[in-house]
Amino acid sequence: MISQGASTPLRFIAPDGQAERELPVFADRAALISFYRAMLLTRIFDEKAVALQRTGRLGTFASSLGQEAVSVGLASAMRKEDVLLPSFREQGAMLWRGVSPVELFLYWGGDERGSDFAGPRGDFPICIPVASHAPHAAGVALAMKLRGEKRAAVAVMGDGATSKGDFYEAINISGVWRLPAVFVISNNQWAISVPVGRQTAAATLAVKAMAAGIRSARVDGNDVIAVHNAVGEAIDRAISDQGPTLVECVTYRLGDHTTVDDSSRYRSDQEVSENWPSEPVARLRQYLTAHEGWTKSDEENLIAECHNLVGEAADRYAAIDPLEPKDMFEMTFASLPRDLEEQRNQLS
Amino acid sequence: MADRMLVEAVRMALARVMSEDETVILLGEDIGRNGGVFRATNGLLERFGEQRVRDTPIAEAAIAGLAVGLAAQGMRPVAEIQFSGFIYPCIDQLTNHASRLRTRTRGRLTCPLVIRSPSGGGIHAPEHHSESMEALLTNVPGLRVVFPSSPKRAYGLLLSAIRGPDPVVFFEPTRLYRSAKEDVDDSGEGLPLNCCFTLREGTDVTLVTWGATVIEALAAGDHAADEGVSVELIDVAILKPLDFETIRASVSKTGRAVIVHEAPISGGFGAEIAARIADEALLSLLAPVKRVAGYDVVMPLPRLEQFYLPDEPRIMAAIRDVMSYT
Ligand SMILES: Cc1ncc(C[n+]2csc(CCOP(=O)(O)OP(=O)(O)O)c2C)c(N)n1
Ligand SMILES: [Mg+2]
Repeated sequence: MISQGASTPLRFIAPDGQAERELPVFADRAALISFYRAMLLTRIFDEKAVALQRTGRLGTFASSLGQEAVSVGLASAMRKEDVLLPSFREQGAMLWRGVSPVELFLYWGGDERGSDFAGPRGDFPICIPVASHAPHAAGVALAMKLRGEKRAAVAVMGDGATSKGDFYEAINISGVWRLPAVFVISNNQWAISVPVGRQTAAATLAVKAMAAGIRSARVDGNDVIAVHNAVGEAIDRAISDQGPTLVECVTYRLGDHTTVDDSSRYRSDQEVSENWPSEPVARLRQYLTAHEGWTKSDEENLIAECHNLVGEAADRYAAIDPLEPKDMFEMTFASLPRDLEEQRNQLS
Repeated sequence: MADRMLVEAVRMALARVMSEDETVILLGEDIGRNGGVFRATNGLLERFGEQRVRDTPIAEAAIAGLAVGLAAQGMRPVAEIQFSGFIYPCIDQLTNHASRLRTRTRGRLTCPLVIRSPSGGGIHAPEHHSESMEALLTNVPGLRVVFPSSPKRAYGLLLSAIRGPDPVVFFEPTRLYRSAKEDVDDSGEGLPLNCCFTLREGTDVTLVTWGATVIEALAAGDHAADEGVSVELIDVAILKPLDFETIRASVSKTGRAVIVHEAPISGGFGAEIAARIADEALLSLLAPVKRVAGYDVVMPLPRLEQFYLPDEPRIMAAIRDVMSYT
């Protein structure tokens, strides 16, 4: 599924779980298990969210099935003080950053409180208008740079997002001002029904960095180690005033675009099946089993733990008191103007 | 003849003009193989080919700009913006170019393009998928703004919008796509883009609205009748240029006006209509003009959207208000 003319994206672990090159130093047993746990949690969260949507308890939802390594890889490479600017398919990164599954359920269940993260207070909320958060990352990065902080802004978006002006404008400005920003592209090969080959004539998405004069990297997005490594390097450069990086992570969307999409209208089952053997969770599990003594009971315990965590979150979500209709007024301004107070009072 | 959903009526109109006029081409995200996220273009790729039914990259500014270029070349582009919340990048092109190419070139170049977009709430969609921003566009001189509320009107108005010589923003009420059904004759006859539709005649109150709230207004009309109040219901449908004459005549007869729209109240298009009534029909008024509209708040996520959207009880309250004014 790689565009013509593209070089093979960098990876450490092959789809069959074999290491292809020496792993980076961060990739010790504890780190790899924490990545594995986060990817599995994301997958189980996604499953639950889709199930809740199917039974009318959640709104439209965008599963990240198959893309968990991008999400977890990029977030695990960030430091607490960095800022994440996610698109709508990055629950893996958000959970890693400390957004709770209850908050994610709330947001997708149509409740603004889901974006009032108790954990990562400085992270941006989910961005739905495609690529419109790319310039925000430049702005966040400029604030950091102006204050002389060693922090980075990390924005993540899809392959389709790289067609939008916002994306080009953001990488260009970040380049010319040498901003501490990292633009991660989760290239899942599809933007709803449009494959990446009909999104751009560029051989890769990483080459788009060239016109902006910024550095780029292109990695196998189903290898969490490769993603973590590339984003980690990009953050190191960003905070040492070496400018922004565009990191293209090559992955595959194994599910529908969202719960209201039917991907059988535009892509074959065969294409999807062909991509299953490269999916990231089994890949890391095979590596852990072969090299880190990961056992069947470790696996079972972890699955049970994730199911418990997600199940409890779903229960808590269901038990949350609904917003009051009047709450729609409260956050419009810092304080409620009299005009709006009158409108609020009309809402009986 | 079978009942057609509003979304099917849109598709029928597109197919009709495409078969009549080779210069009509469709642009948009996911409009080809996927048939559009609401299926408004379903089957059109298969029927008219990929030269004329073009999936674009995700690039709303370019979609609108492309349409300007195509139109100036004598093509008739019809672009779909997937949800009205994503129309904002088009506004530069619509405002600075589409709406004024004719003026700037003294008619040498023109811009017969149509931007179609679903609009409005009520389908429990994610953030940015439920807004109504017709007022942003009605404030642009040189743009026509159309907002039908039934399959027949969608069919006839879309035909005229595409065949006409001017740029048109054509909003389609998302929550009526599948729920509004009507016999639609594929006659190829367009409806004029210069007059409102009086959906119910009455003598006590003029109810003025457009888009999806026409449904709530129809229900309010029935409810009011049960209370002995005779409502005249006007579906504006073509906001710009406005057929104020129909509204003025009605208000002169009833002496009362209630205006309903989903968009936030301040600076909404209802304010324009209210101002025109004050200007041209003040002395006929028996009660102040009332607006029932969205609040001046960010469109709430699905949990609260039902409390934001003007509904039949709110319209009834306004009707009772104007009826009891002394
Ligand atoms: C500006 C804008 N246009 C259209 C949409 C509707 N839309 C939602 S997701 C999507 C496809 C995005 O593709 P990509 O950037 O590859 O991300 P992915 O969904 O694959 O994660 C589109 C067109 C949108 N959200 N924002
Ligand atoms: Mg994509």
